[in-house]
This record gives sequence, structure tokens and C-alpha cells, in this order.
Amino acid sequence: MTEDIIVSGRMNHLIDPHLEVWEWQIPAYLFLGGLAAGILFFAGLMVLTGREDKYPAAVRKAPLLVPVILVLGLFFLFLDLKHKLFFWRLYTTIKLGAPMSWGAWVLLLVTPLSFIWAALNIRELFPRWDWKYDILKKLEAFFRKYRTYLAWAMVLLSVVLGIYTGILFSAFNGRPLWNTSILGPLFLVSGMSGGAAAIVLMSRSREERHYFARIDLLLIFIELVLIVHMFMGFLSSTQTQIDAAQLFLGGKYTAPFWIFVVILGLVTPAILELMEIKHKRIPWVAAPVLVLFGGIMLRMIIAFAGQVSHWNV
Amino acid sequence: MRYAMAIDTKKCVGCSDCVVACQTENNVPLGYARDWIREINQGVYPHLHMEIRSERCNHCDNSPCVRSCPTGASHYEEGGIVKVTKNKCIGCSACIVSCPYDARYIHPDGYVDKCTFCDHRLKKGELPACVSVCPTKCMYFGDLDNPESEISQLLNKRLHKVLIPEAGTGPRVYFLH
Amino acid sequence: MTTNRRDFIKISALGTAGLIWGIWNTRAGALAGMAEKAAGSPGWLSPADMKITPTYCEICFWKCAGWVHKNDRDEIWKITGNAKDPNCDGRFCPRGTGGVGMYHDGDRLKTPLIRTEERGMQTFREASWDEALQYIADKLAQIKAEHGPECTALFTHGSGGKYFTRLLKGYGSDNVAAPSYAQCRGPREVAFYATFGMGLDSPENTDIRDTRCLVLIGSHLGENMHNGQVQEMSDAIDKGATIITVDPRYSTAASKSKYWLPIKPATDLALLLAWMHVIIKEERYDKAYVEQYTYGFEQLKAHVEPFTPEWAYGITTLHPQVIRETAREMAAAAPAVIVHPGRHVTWYGDDTQRLRAVAILNALLGAWGRRGGFYMVESPEVPAPELPPFPVPTRNWRMALKGKYALADLALANGLCDATIPTPDLDCSIKGWIVNGTNLMETLPDRANTIKAIQNLDLMVVVDTMPMEITGWADVVLPECTYLERYDALRDTHHRVPVIALRMPAAEPKYDSKPAYWMARELSKKMNLLQYFPFETMEEELDHELQQMGTSLKEMQQIGVKVFDKQSPLYFAEGEEVTFDTPTGKIELYSTYFADAGFDPMPVYTPHPEPPEGFYRLNYGRAPMHTFSRTVNNPNLHDLMEENTLWVNPKTAKLHDLTNGQQVWLENQDGIISSFPIKVRITERIRWDSVYMVHGFGNNSAKLSRAHGRGASDTELVTRVMMDPIMGGTGMRGNFVTFRTSGREEVQS
Repeated sequence: MTEDIIVSGRMNHLIDPHLEVWEWQIPAYLFLGGLAAGILFFAGLMVLTGREDKYPAAVRKAPLLVPVILVLGLFFLFLDLKHKLFFWRLYTTIKLGAPMSWGAWVLLLVTPLSFIWAALNIRELFPRWDWKYDILKKLEAFFRKYRTYLAWAMVLLSVVLGIYTGILFSAFNGRPLWNTSILGPLFLVSGMSGGAAAIVLMSRSREERHYFARIDLLLIFIELVLIVHMFMGFLSSTQTQIDAAQLFLGGKYTAPFWIFVVILGLVTPAILELMEIKHKRIPWVAAPVLVLFGGIMLRMIIAFAGQVSHWNV
Repeated sequence: MRYAMAIDTKKCVGCSDCVVACQTENNVPLGYARDWIREINQGVYPHLHMEIRSERCNHCDNSPCVRSCPTGASHYEEGGIVKVTKNKCIGCSACIVSCPYDARYIHPDGYVDKCTFCDHRLKKGELPACVSVCPTKCMYFGDLDNPESEISQLLNKRLHKVLIPEAGTGPRVYFLH
Repeated sequence: MTTNRRDFIKISALGTAGLIWGIWNTRAGALAGMAEKAAGSPGWLSPADMKITPTYCEICFWKCAGWVHKNDRDEIWKITGNAKDPNCDGRFCPRGTGGVGMYHDGDRLKTPLIRTEERGMQTFREASWDEALQYIADKLAQIKAEHGPECTALFTHGSGGKYFTRLLKGYGSDNVAAPSYAQCRGPREVAFYATFGMGLDSPENTDIRDTRCLVLIGSHLGENMHNGQVQEMSDAIDKGATIITVDPRYSTAASKSKYWLPIKPATDLALLLAWMHVIIKEERYDKAYVEQYTYGFEQLKAHVEPFTPEWAYGITTLHPQVIRETAREMAAAAPAVIVHPGRHVTWYGDDTQRLRAVAILNALLGAWGRRGGFYMVESPEVPAPELPPFPVPTRNWRMALKGKYALADLALANGLCDATIPTPDLDCSIKGWIVNGTNLMETLPDRANTIKAIQNLDLMVVVDTMPMEITGWADVVLPECTYLERYDALRDTHHRVPVIALRMPAAEPKYDSKPAYWMARELSKKMNLLQYFPFETMEEELDHELQQMGTSLKEMQQIGVKVFDKQSPLYFAEGEEVTFDTPTGKIELYSTYFADAGFDPMPVYTPHPEPPEGFYRLNYGRAPMHTFSRTVNNPNLHDLMEENTLWVNPKTAKLHDLTNGQQVWLENQDGIISSFPIKVRITERIRWDSVYMVHGFGNNSAKLSRAHGRGASDTELVTRVMMDPIMGGTGMRGNFVTFRTSGREEVQS
């Protein structure tokens, strides 16, 4: 038998007996970031492809949520910091090798952008909104003029934001479970899927709901393919990665992953949406809610399982 | 100048003097350890083998912690020592999850902390506390860029290894067989 | 004390009033003290003016000399070694490095305590020093009047014991025992004294750094942290020396050995005899040395004739080939070979004879007095204090033994304990104990016996830094300050060179604690014995001694360690005439000393009881970061090791359905159940017929916030004591345990 123990009593808080530095705050922040990215992506995309009037919820209603989502996400991120008073240090430098740094700066761009877009569409919520001050009215006119540019910015930045939430994890050497380049695209697609689901939930038009439900179905399919790819990658890689994959293939996180993320969060909504396409009567809330649930569970489980996975020293 | 540490596993008895000396020298809060002793046993009684290692931050050449730090708090100093600037650290823990060696921890005051190769002692011409205290004198420290240094010569003469080389971090703590 | 029966008091929540009072008193006292010292100090330095102060460590007997560093806020910061000290070569061991924790430990005893009764329960109340010392003086006077001063005893394992010894001797008793004798190295001292005319004492004169073959039979160097020896073992490894380890457990030393002999427990004597057989039969012994220096070779040769490796194989389970190979390896390295005598050797009751075998083997190999074997020590010449003569006691511990253990050269702690229990054949018994720096509950085996003895005392004084379990039995508890807060007598232990080390305080005593010198002196005032403490302060006494040695207190404060010129050679010169302090003047392979006393002149193997089915031999040992129960509450060292674990072989674990990390209680062959559970560590490093744990845990003292109830106590389970008939050593390895998933109904005190 092999015995591998630390004999000098090391028990560093949150590090031993296994890593637990990140709790719900980080996966929640990543989920919200991905969701925001998804919504903004579709908002921008629909504007640029001239389908703004066909899909008003996507373009004007859902983006109203985004500032709230982003501020909430940033707040969660702030909660996670252990040295809070120095949070502003994030904005004193750009570290290209550090995804957290990208995230900080991208959010610095996306958040105001989302506020602007939401401001432009504030009348979806408050039909008689009046900007009152002259300067604000001038700004509204200015931004409305350059809506197309805003839409481009939203599309591009939201892709960066979505991918960043995944790359954030995959760039961390120390956790073999995250060390796969599939995580970036996976989280991006998951975020877009969440965005589409949010749009479905907020839409009043059946046509819009149908459209985004079908987009969602496609995205779910891509996600499933990515997940299969991810496992194939682990299992054909080094022993460390094979061991990491075991967390989901018989280890501690097997049931939560396959039940919450895959079955409830991906397969079931896919089936529901397929059934809807075949014109079966299904409560249309069911699928998007499950998709959102699956999204948050995906990030939570990957965050916790990832901290458990480790190299063998 | 490339600082490195070599530990002779033939002589190390795992007494943990390096752990407590580091703790007192660097005022490491109780309950936290910047270095530790690992014991690996293999075999079946009475055919056994035991390896004892004193481990700490490896001050890697290609350290994931420095790379992943969003504020630049984790950085390189002279000789390749990896250090954390307390008042730049936001406590995001990116460096902690990046480290394959679990060498870092969060100090009760909120910033991230770890072995510093006692650079405050190096500046005074002294060796790190762990190296100075080791009763079996099994720890060596010096400049890899100097071919005449004790550590360079030891690494040439003795079979050695680093921890988790496949992680690509380029660690600078060597274990002599 | 009006009640007859003494209850065990857990020093739990004592009034914070005492704490506050203590702190106030300390501050006032500290400032007053410092002011005193600042005013008119006759040429030596005050600790308040020094950033770095010299000391020698008190955590174990090795007494390494070092430096205490203070930080910018003048607080004690860290401890490092003194590079001039041959004991430690400038490097402290983990316990010494962690010594700062002893100073900072908030669980320390803070004020004197006196046993009292409140609401029908016995408890402690805080008292002033004057009251506590007066209580002791009055009681001692009473004992002197009623029974005679000889009916008192001092148990000591701390530097402060020197002053209590002086006090007690002046009072009229010489019953002073250190547990390190009959509970530890006693058999070795007597065995080596019988063979070579001198014991080994401390630190041992093993020339490990120059040896070519180190044989460890009953020593787990590397886990036991005899600093100098571990350092020298490392030097020896660097030089390519061979290590041979004989141990039923795969110790750290075993993992560095060329040969590990996984011997069946309790059979070591057979192996030693077989080694002698091989070395003599194959004529690999040092002929010239044996010829010139030894007596009794022919008798020994005849004696070991039947003890072949094949014979030993049947007993030890070690292959004859391995026995021969290792014997040859030893002989090839001779005289630079050490068959290490170990230190804690009180195992099975025939330990003096086993150590005789070790001594004989070393003599055959010519290691004694040779490089790489055993060097000849030198002690510094420290002038004895000029005191009036002590009264001669008419009775003492030896008489109480009535001729038993006649060859013991120092007092037996267990002997004193037994002499405290009145028996019909003794006309008196000990009525008063002073216990200084030794936690007798963990030290003495057969706890029931210790408690029985304590119940017969009229006075029990415990002097300690920490509220160890023994304090719960005291009438008076006196808080001693740690070694970091006091002066002590010069360290004058022997070594390769004559050397002294100074201990001076780095800081004023915390709370209301005091140094032993002060306590003994204040007591002497109340007992009319002040003539034995002519100097008011330690500084004066030390400076007086040091001036006579050609130095001064001031100089020693700055250098810490002084090495004097060596007067005698380390080794015997080639063919030198040497006389040994034995009856024949030679190294006695055949011990006339033992023969005259009626003991076997040459060791004979006797089989020892083996564990019954389902039981496992209880083996215990050391960890490098702890010194028994002394350090288990030290915050720095507790961080390294919080509790002991029970090493269990995987086969045994499977048999008993044990899982790694499981808590089990232990029950021994006499039905005694451990008070606290212990965590199981399933490891291949232990033999399937034994279990192993580190000694010093399982403390039953609620005030030890870190140590209380952590791990289990091996001492508690040592109820079968195998007495060594030669010198009264208490053999403790004849106890067997089995596993329980639950403890007793209530924890008995």
C-alpha cells in the first residue's frame, strides 16, 4: 500500500484538507456574467440583422435585466474578495496572462454599455419616461444615432465576456479538471443558451419564443457535444486528467453533474422544446427555467469539483 | 541570479524544524504553514521504502500564480523569487487555485501569503530560516547561475527531481535522491 | 487539609480576578524589577537593554545553547542556536525553535494556588506568594516534627531542581529523584558502569560524526530528536557510514539504513548474544584491544558458544544470514563502530542485562575510547557553591528499598513513590513531595500506584510552568516562569570539550510566575535555611562563579557559550595504558560487580510474555516536534502535531474492521480502558503483532486548552510494570492492548 501524508500538521484554512477558497459567489458571478453576455449578444445580433421589430423582447426588454445582472454579479465578485479594501487595484493594471484581469476590464466596458442600452430602452418598462435634463436628452439622441455601433460593441464584447467566464477556469494550472480548452466555448455556449432562455421568458410574442427556443435547442445540442468532447479529452490525456474526470464518472460529483446539469439542465429542456416544435402542448416556462437552472448548476459543480481535483505531488 | 533550493532526502528526518523556524522567523499566524513535511511510504512490511520531503512554494520559473494575478500583486523579484505585494492583493484567490502545489494560503488579514525564500534574510547575506535551522543540514540554497555555488555542484553530482514536472511550472526546489 | 482523601482537581475556570491581579502585579513588579536592575547594576547587562540574549534550552535534557531574539516591539520573537555550542552547532531542534510558544502560551500557570474546599468540593484558590510559601514552610516543619525531615522527597526534571535539592538537603532529606533514571536511562548507566567503570550520562559520548557503522538497536534517532546525535547521524550519512537499525517498526532511521532488521519485539538480547557469538567465533573482534583492556574474554567466549544465529533466528525471526552479515559489517567498520545504547531503555525488566550486552559488544569491537566509537568526555570545572555542610540524613530512599535494586546509583522515582505508601515493614513513609518540572502522571507507570501514594501525603507541592495533570493532585501549585524569563545555574554538561553555557532571561516573568531560585530562597527564609542561599540574586551567584573561572557574567551575556581548553585526549592513544573504574581495573566482559551482587555476570536471554490473542504489544516512542507531555500544549508545536495516532498494521486493521482515521479506545490486559480515544493510522510501518503511539498525549487537564483530551495516553495503559531486579528500572513494554469502539462510562480521575 502507498501512504502519502503530511506529518507536520498543515491545516491551512480553506486549503486543507482540500481546496475550498471559492464558494457560491464565483460560480454565481460567472453564471450572471454568461447570462448577461448571452442576452447582449442576441440583442446586438438582432439589431445588426435587422430583426429588431420582429424580436422586441430580445432587443429591448431582456437587456433591461443586464445592468442589474451585471451589478449583482460584480457585487458577488466583490463579496468573494478576501482583501476587499484593495479591490480598486484591479484597475491599476492590465495583465494579459490573467483572465481575471480581462474580466475586470471587459466588465468595465460592458457594464456601462449595458446601462446605455437599457437607458435607450427604458420606455419598455416606464412608457412615460422623461429624461428631464437637457444633457441627458442630448446623450440619448447621440447614442440612438450610433445604435449600430453599440450593437457591434455588444456582440463583440459579449462574446469576449462569455468566453472569458470559461477561460477564467481553464487558465488555472493547478486544477486538472479545469485544464481543458473546451471550458471556454462550453461556458460561452451555456451563457448564450441562458440568454436565449431569458428572452423566451420575457417575450410576449409566440413567434419570438419559438425562434429563441429553437436557437436554444441548437445551443443545447452544441453544449452536449462539447461535454462529450471534454470527457474524451480528459480520458485520453494524462493520468492526472483521467483521475480528475473520475470525479464525474463514479466520484463525488457524478450524480449532481449528470442529474442536475445534463439531464435536468440540458436533455429535459431539449426534449420539451422538441415536443413544442412538434406542436405538443407544453407549459412554455418549463424549458427556459430548466435551462437557467442547468446553467447555474453547471458552474457551481465545475467550480466545486475543480477545487477538489488536484495534481499528485 | 537564479535562486534555488535543494533538499537531500537521504538526510532529512522530517523533524519539522523548517516549519516552526519559518513560523517564528516570518511571524506566520498559528494554524498556517508556509512549508510542510510530507511522508510517502510504499511497500508491504517488512519490505518498505519511505521518502520524507520538506515542501514549500517552488518559486517556479513559469509560475501560474504570477501569470494569473490580475493586479500584479504576485510578481517576480530578484533571483526569480515569487512574492506577493500585500497592498496590491485583492484576495481573489486566482493564484491559490492556480498553484498545483497548494503552496499558498489566505492570511487572516485578507491577502495571500506564502514562502518568500526569506528574501529579507537574503538581503542581509543570511540563508532562509529553514535552511539555517535544519539540524541535519540537508537543505541547500544558492544561485543556479553560479556554476561554483554549492547548489549548482550538488545538482550536477546528485540525482535529483522536482515536484510535478509535468505541470510545466519549472519549479526551483530540487529533491536530491 | 482536613479531608483524608485527595481529589483530583481540574484547574478549569479560575477567577479572572486572579488574572487581572496577576497582570497588574506583574506589570508593577516588572517595572519595579527593571528599575532596581537599572539602578546601580554592578557591571552586567540588563535584559531590557539587550536585543539578543543567550540562553540554553529547557525543553529537553540536551540543553542546546542559543540566542533569544526580540522584535522591534521588544517582544520575544524567535530562538536560534549558538554557533559555538558543541551540543547543537548553531542549530536548534524543532522543539527548541518552538520554545517561544512556551512563553506565549496563554494556558500557563499564573498565580500560586492552594487547595481548599468550597461547597463540599475540593478546588484551588488563588493565593499570594507569601501565603503559599508560608503554607509549605509550615507543613514541612510539621513533617519534620512528626516524622523527621527524611520523610520528604523531590521529583525533578527541570533546571530549577538544583535549588529545591539544595533546600531539601539543608532541611535534612536527600531523597531526590529524576524520572530520567529508573524510568529511562537507568539500566544503561548501571550496565556501562559495570562494564567500563563509567556511565554515559547526558549527552551521550557517541562519536557518531566519525563512525563508519552506526547500529541502532532500540534507538529511533530522527524521531527522537537528540539534537547533536541527529546532526552527527546526518554527517555520518554524508560520509557514507552504514546504518543498521534493529526495530520492529520501520522507523525513520530504518528508512535510512543499509540493513533494517524487523525484529520480533522483546527478543533483542538474543540478537545481541548471537552477534557476540559470530564476532568471537569468526575472530572479528579487536584482538589487541580485548587483550589489553578487557577482563573475562574466555568466560564470555564459552558463554556465547551456544548462541548461534540459527538459535537467534528461532527467537527473533531474523534470518541467520542477516545476523551474520550485520555482525561482519560492524566488525569491518571497527573500531569506528557504535552499537548505540539508546536512552529510554526500561522495557522488559532485564534491561540492565541487555545494555550489558550492548556494552560488551562495543568492547569486543574496540569502540570504547576510539574515534568513531565512544569518545572520552570532559566537563568544565565549575566551582561548587560555597555552602555550609548539609545535615546527614539518618534514613533515605535506599534504606526504604531494603537492599532491593542495590546497584542503582541514583534515586528511583518509582522507589520514592513506593516509599510513600505505608507498609508494615517500613517504620515510616514519605509524607511530603515537591514535584518540579515533571508530570508524574505521564511519567510513572502504574498510575493507580502513583495515586495511592499521593493519597498518603500530608503535603504535595507542584512547581510547574503549565497546569499539567499532576497539578490537579497538589496542595500547593507554584507557577514557575519559563526558561526564557530567568537565570539558571550554568550548564556544565560534559562533551568533547569543556564548555559552559549561560541562561539569562529575555523578558521579565509573565503574570505572577517566578524562577525556582527565588522560590527556593524565599522558602529558605521561612525555614531558617537562608545560609544555603548566600546570594540574593542569581546574577550575583553566577558572576561569582564565573569570575573564578576566568570570565564574568557580562562576558557570558555577550557570548553565551564559553569553550575551555581541552585537558585530556578524546581517544585512547595506540597501546595507551588505561585503568577503568571497575573492580578489576579493566573493561569487564564478565562482570565481577554483578557476580558479587548475585546477578548474572554475563547476559542471558529470557523470553518475555507475549500478547494474548486479539491483543497487541503496546509500543511507544517519540516525535521530533514534542518532548512528552511538556510540549503538547505549546501553540507552535501543537500546530505541528496535535495528537498522537495509533499505528496499526493493515492486516491487523482488517482483522478488527478498523478504518483509517477511526477513533478507538484501547483496553489493556488488565482491563484498563484509555480515558480518551485515539485515531487509527493504518500503516505498513508497524509489525502485525504490535501497535505504536507517540508518548505524551491523552492529557487529562481541562486547562490545557490545546492538549486536553487529544490523543491517548500510553502511560495510562502501562499497568504491568516489569521491574529490573538490578537497579529498579520500570520496564514498560510488557503491556498489550486491544481495540474498543467505545470508552468507559465515566472518566476516572
